[in-house]
Amino acid sequence: MTNNELIWRIAGGSGDGIASTSQNFAKALMRSGLDVFTHRHYPSRIRGGHTYTEIRAGPDAVKSRGDGYNFLLALGDSFARNPQEDSIYGNEEIKPLSENLDDLHEGGVIIYDSGLLDASEIDDFDARVEENNWYVYDIDLRNMARDVGREVMRNTAGVGATCALAGIDLDWIEELMTEAMPDKILDPNIEILHKAHDMVEEEYDVDAHDVKIPEGSHDEEQVLMSGSDAIAYGSIDEGCRFISGYPMTPWTEVFTIMSKNLPKIGGVSEQVEDEIAAAALAVGASHAGAKAMSGSSGGGFALMSEPLGLAEMTETPVVLIEAMRAGPSTGMPTKPEQADLEHVLYTSQGDSHRIVFAPGTVEEAYTQTRKAFQIAYEYQIPSIVLYDQKLGGEMVSLPASHFEEAPNPSLGSTLTEAELEDAPHDESGKFSRFQHDVEDGVSPRSIPGQKGGRYLATGNEHQPEGHISESPENRVNQVNRRLDKIDAIHEELQGESHQTYYGPEEATYGLMTFGSQQGTVEEAVDMLNEQGHSVKAIGVSDMAPYPVEEVTEFIESVDEVLVVEMNSTAQFRGLTQKELGQYGEKLSSLLKYNGNPFEPLDIVDGFETKIIEGGELSSTETKFVPAAGD
Amino acid sequence: MSAFSAIGDGQPTEQDDYTPELEPQATWCPGCGDFGVLKALKGASEELGKSPEEMLLCTGIGCSGKLNSYFDSYGFHTIHGRSLPVARAAKVANPGVEVIAAGGDGDGYGIGGNHFMHTARENHDMTYIVFNNEIFGLTKGQTSPTSPKGHKSKTQPSGSAKEPLRPLSLALNAGASYVARTAAVNPNQAKEIIVEAMEHDGFAHIDFLTQCPTWNKDAKQYVPYIDVNDSDDYEFDKTDRREAADMMAETEQSLHEGKVLTGRYYVEEDRPSYGQEKRAIGEMPEEPLAERYFDDDYEWEQSSELFLDQHK
Ligand SMILES: Cc1ncc(C[n+]2csc(CCOP(=O)(O)OP(=O)(O)O)c2C)c(N)n1
Ligand code: SF4
Ligand SMILES: [Mg+2]
Repeated sequence: MTNNELIWRIAGGSGDGIASTSQNFAKALMRSGLDVFTHRHYPSRIRGGHTYTEIRAGPDAVKSRGDGYNFLLALGDSFARNPQEDSIYGNEEIKPLSENLDDLHEGGVIIYDSGLLDASEIDDFDARVEENNWYVYDIDLRNMARDVGREVMRNTAGVGATCALAGIDLDWIEELMTEAMPDKILDPNIEILHKAHDMVEEEYDVDAHDVKIPEGSHDEEQVLMSGSDAIAYGSIDEGCRFISGYPMTPWTEVFTIMSKNLPKIGGVSEQVEDEIAAAALAVGASHAGAKAMSGSSGGGFALMSEPLGLAEMTETPVVLIEAMRAGPSTGMPTKPEQADLEHVLYTSQGDSHRIVFAPGTVEEAYTQTRKAFQIAYEYQIPSIVLYDQKLGGEMVSLPASHFEEAPNPSLGSTLTEAELEDAPHDESGKFSRFQHDVEDGVSPRSIPGQKGGRYLATGNEHQPEGHISESPENRVNQVNRRLDKIDAIHEELQGESHQTYYGPEEATYGLMTFGSQQGTVEEAVDMLNEQGHSVKAIGVSDMAPYPVEEVTEFIESVDEVLVVEMNSTAQFRGLTQKELGQYGEKLSSLLKYNGNPFEPLDIVDGFETKIIEGGELSSTETKFVPAAGD
Repeated sequence: MSAFSAIGDGQPTEQDDYTPELEPQATWCPGCGDFGVLKALKGASEELGKSPEEMLLCTGIGCSGKLNSYFDSYGFHTIHGRSLPVARAAKVANPGVEVIAAGGDGDGYGIGGNHFMHTARENHDMTYIVFNNEIFGLTKGQTSPTSPKGHKSKTQPSGSAKEPLRPLSLALNAGASYVARTAAVNPNQAKEIIVEAMEHDGFAHIDFLTQCPTWNKDAKQYVPYIDVNDSDDYEFDKTDRREAADMMAETEQSLHEGKVLTGRYYVEEDRPSYGQEKRAIGEMPEEPLAERYFDDDYEWEQSSELFLDQHK
């Protein structure tokens, strides 16, 4: 990372309003011309529990949360439990300060709310401050907020103080507050923003440290979007007007965005009794002629297993979203992990045939969700978008134009009544919905209510007009036809690669990853090349069908590959080896599964110590698994 | 112009129109009650003049689920216990279609019990026929949720220790707005009840007693039956929830004492269906959603035009 950026961490308790404060702050920096990237860390609790949001802002593209950070605003956890030192949770109230010190850069800035936090409760606080050359500002934000009106406004006071110390023009913040806050609370918030800002400017030497906001400008209008926003908007632009779901973190975000917006555009959102129902409803709605989706996170997706198989067998188009979180079982509900890859690829009985995309960025989340719908409806197959809590929740500034795309409401390979007249029927007048010999394996469908289109859809193996059949000949024919669709999709996808390449074309080493770690890997590539190594990267999004040709070419072009993924069993490396049938001796793994996504330096460390020098990893947060035969 | 011209086309139909030439002969065991459901459904559809192509019949898995193979309409033979979520979404997406769901007692009251409660609660405008043979037929005679206490089977060799589930009471309490019981041995009543259920604007549940001579030999053949609406021995108001509940409780009890009571138990005419409720709060379009995809003039909304400003 460069010094020319601000990485601001606002820390407090769940329920303290960290999310909305940080979102406004991020947007203000974006409007000031900077690129921003946010990272959320929060517990599975409604009130209390240490939470923070980090906002990284710089003049050039920021692709990850970065390594550590340089500015802390510690608000204190106002809903902390067990203040006694000996509880297993420790002293929660102080955590927004005490838990955040390890990652703060040398020379960094700390503002803490002395109304709630007492730094003397932290062992060696002063010594650490001294050692790391931190600049500490203890400000009684709580009291300041109380004076103006309400204690909750200490967030705004903290932002005012931040602006004074980092040199951020208050106009940007004011503008956003004016847009986001109702009149009643706006005035006191603006008052306290200025009050805190002016007080800090008067009382302190704000130029003592050099953590300052950089300057930047954009050529194009920007938007601040999360992966969840992008998935929802991609769905809407593909004409999806039906969603069914059951809440589960972190998938709930997409479900919420859709539920808020669909009624405005004549769509329907259904919150139902469980995820079996959720997926079955999406199948039913699609069968009856709507573009439909459902989704969940790991546990809920497990319940969707049977309806997913039903969609495969009845060739009902449907898009399912899977937002991974740390498992198994309830795992760590608010922490990211990439350990549902095998689950999503193989769940449900029988040979699976489905499409799985794992977008690597917010832009890709939009594009690939759209593609997931196109493939689902053209090829009558379930498409799954696999992402995680990290990609879903991080907000990134991006050119608005990326999302200004024309809608595509096409139902794909669905016939109109006029077309049905010329379509094949059996002698009793039933529509041949599942014909044996058709191009690309796609046999067009009809919709209930259409004249001339009646047929039977069934999860049993079936004949062309849908009737149940166990004839070996028919069976082989139908299986082969359904598999033909996968081949055709594989071919179609080759024309518009979803894989992202990064770094010099000619490089000695390769980094490989999938899904949300892509940006972090790219930053590691930059660091490694700056340090004189020769490294490039591929971020793979097509999980099924797997982009065999592209990945083979990548692996062939380098001496050795380090595969980076957020799980403990190297699922993506396993998939790659299974699909390619070789390269076991060329692929080693760097894994992280402690609930935090990779930071670029984790990867630099893994690469330098394991691929180049040998020896032990300096980080205890990651794990290295050597290539076969190593 | 509708993209679904089979809907409400009003062409006269005959029973044969619902018989698929491909599988005209049902393969249920001789004497099976399931034949009665098929016949009653054909009769009711004919009486209502429903075109086979405006009907969507969704079934679960079981002997009962084979209904789809012998009834020639649009069909969706789903998975065990899941006919209701598939069916009700089809109704939401394409509300002009006459949606009927059907399945066994294991399918609907056991594995799919949660969907049964919630579909009833939501009061979707559809008909749900449960083939209640008090047994798992297709898997060869295991105890089902409606098998009487003490019923012996290969999986409950000492007899079931459980009280049977009370399907009518369950439907009422869950929120169904039409609840009836009929029996395969009573074809006229069965047809009339299916007609009423299809005409009813809400969730109509029919507990259809279907004898299984193959696996449930102990069970009564559901004769003689008594129609509680006709019999002078029973006096209750089927529009009154409390009176209906009492009548249901007595009916459920007496079945295991050898007395087969049938009829309409609860009819709530003025309760809005789910579609009406959703439209009233602006969460469902007035025009059927499925029509929109075939309407070349429809101006499809674009997310960037509507929602992107809030991200700027
Ligand atoms: C998930 C699942 N579990 C179990 C089965 C096996 N199975 C098929 S039908 C059935 C029960 C059938 O009983 P019922 O629903 O009463 O229908 P009937 O055959 O009596 O009409 C079972 C257990 C299945 N198909 N799927
Ligand atoms: S096993 Fe019973 S329910 Fe199944 S077809 Fe035979 S008689 Fe009917
Ligand atoms: Mg049964």
